[in-house]
Amino acid sequence: MKKFFANVGHCFRKLKTAIASFWLYRIDPIFGWIGKVLTHNFILRIENARLTLFSFIRLKVTRKRRESFYGLMFVMLWILGYLVFTLYPMFYSLYLSFQEAYYSLQEGVKSTYIGFQNYLNIFRSETLLPLFGTYLGKMLISIPLIIVFSILIAILINNPIKMKGFWRTVFFLPVVIASGPVIRELQAQDATSLPSLQDSALLSYISENLGAWLANPLEAILTSMLQILWYAGIPILVFLAGLQKVDKSIYEAASIDGASPWDRFWKITLPSIMPLVSVNIIYTVVTMSLFVEPGGILDIIRTHMLVGAPDSAFWFGYGYAAAIAWVYFLLMVIVIGIFVGVLSIRKKDR
Amino acid sequence: MKISRKSQFRLKIRHFLFGMSFTDGFLSKFIIYVLLISFGYIYLYPMLFMVVTSLMSVDDLIDPGIRWIPSALQGVNYLRALEVLQIPGSIWETTSYVLKVSLSATVSSAIIGYGFARFDFPLKKLMFVLMLATFILPSQVTMVANMLIYKNLNLMSTQWSMVLPAIFGQGLNAAIFILIFYQFFRTIPTVLMESAEVDGATHLQIFRKIAIPLAIPSLVVVFLFSFVWYWNETFITGLFVGGTVTLPLKLQAFRSAYETLFPPGTPGAELNEAIMMAGNVLTILPLLVLYFFAQRSFVESIDRTGITG
Repeated sequence: MKKFFANVGHCFRKLKTAIASFWLYRIDPIFGWIGKVLTHNFILRIENARLTLFSFIRLKVTRKRRESFYGLMFVMLWILGYLVFTLYPMFYSLYLSFQEAYYSLQEGVKSTYIGFQNYLNIFRSETLLPLFGTYLGKMLISIPLIIVFSILIAILINNPIKMKGFWRTVFFLPVVIASGPVIRELQAQDATSLPSLQDSALLSYISENLGAWLANPLEAILTSMLQILWYAGIPILVFLAGLQKVDKSIYEAASIDGASPWDRFWKITLPSIMPLVSVNIIYTVVTMSLFVEPGGILDIIRTHMLVGAPDSAFWFGYGYAAAIAWVYFLLMVIVIGIFVGVLSIRKKDR
Repeated sequence: MKISRKSQFRLKIRHFLFGMSFTDGFLSKFIIYVLLISFGYIYLYPMLFMVVTSLMSVDDLIDPGIRWIPSALQGVNYLRALEVLQIPGSIWETTSYVLKVSLSATVSSAIIGYGFARFDFPLKKLMFVLMLATFILPSQVTMVANMLIYKNLNLMSTQWSMVLPAIFGQGLNAAIFILIFYQFFRTIPTVLMESAEVDGATHLQIFRKIAIPLAIPSLVVVFLFSFVWYWNETFITGLFVGGTVTLPLKLQAFRSAYETLFPPGTPGAELNEAIMMAGNVLTILPLLVLYFFAQRSFVESIDRTGITG
């Protein structure tokens, strides 16, 4: 009996030492470690211009590094937003454009891989393809028109005339009031085309005598001439600001040397505002492309997205919408590229 | 040599017409004014048309002899349009929504622009280029995924779905606003900030106490532009926030709203162009008032973007 108790006691003591040693060697260091983290700032420690992260990344805190840290903190807002609301959605829609994707309330987006089918469908589509053609034609004709018009107006306003501020106000007004529905209503009333143009036989002449590829964009431009000129609001101001920066003494020197106003325009005025042309082209292309016309490409994208259902024969859902959006974006980039490219070629020649 | 009276007179006439260097003569002035007035007329033609048509009666609309001056001013058109657009309530609604979005866009782009302008950090150039590139990215490319994000966050059909991107610098035309602040903060001498730093101010304090008070003109410009652009934006707003949040969206649904208020067949209350145009005028009226008061800031905004060098 005594032996048994002694045995139990022995076991108990052994267990006690085992627990104690386990505590000492296994658990205690953890507490110690936690304590160290809490007391010694394990995660981030700054002492004497030395920053220690997790006690093994050691950085010297220089002024440059601190500045860049604060800079990143200021821009962090944008970085997060860009990743979440722009970069991820871009990749996601690129991914979707290779899928047949529909939205259902129960399962979210259901998608199956179909390769380039969506893109092929765009090029087979009878409604979309002419729209893309018209878009390109409209851009190629109306952008130079807007640029020339805004340079003309800017030069007119830049002359020493009365009520300069009034004219600037007038030509900037459309930027403030032009919203989609308002322009649509005006278009419905034929108020966006030049009144005299509407009555003339020019429109019917164009549609009868030119091929559809040229007649369609031309007609679209002529019937919404004013709407197109309304896009010049901001370019006019940009050119005006550029013109006001040109040194007056250059003009004086040129006219003393016998340059006519015509020469002065081509040799002084135009080269000095040339850098602004590409800025304005980019701005105008973007604002014109992003205007949502009823029945236009952007409107069709929306309908495909919203109406699309697996059993629909006409509306191809999210994937198709994403594919159209990407093709449209690429076209926009190409248009910008063409214009900026043409400008830079001219620059090299000189 | 004596100049004869006749040739003196001729010289005077020539001076009067062509001036010293052609551009300051009467003739060129005359051409300039004629061109400006005619282009100004072309520019304002839709506006004039809108206002005049909105005051016409049905008979005036049909009558081809009446183009600019209505035979009698029809205030009824405006009363109907007011009722359909639910003004004044909807003006307050639109303004409060647009204020929320545009204020958050303004504040966030000021912070981001300050970060880009004042500090140097790795990949800054790349980020700046990407930031500018978001300007040409159509929202249609990203809207599918954004819609899913908002759906998962339960923000669909709430104003948060517009406010949130604005806070994170991804709102409407955010690239332009950030660029405006970037250009402005570059012009502030860094000595000013450094002296504050030496006195022990943190970067946040410098931003709040020095940079923001100096940037008030830029803040005003950015706020005005984002106000106007968000007011006029209908595609994304209609998709994310809802069909009838803002006045332009209400205008878009004008026909159906009119028909529910005055069912077709109601005697003397058929929808006509005049009422539509009255709706248009009422929609742009708040912006016109804003433009009237803040016209200078709008027009001088371009200088602040600094793109003219």
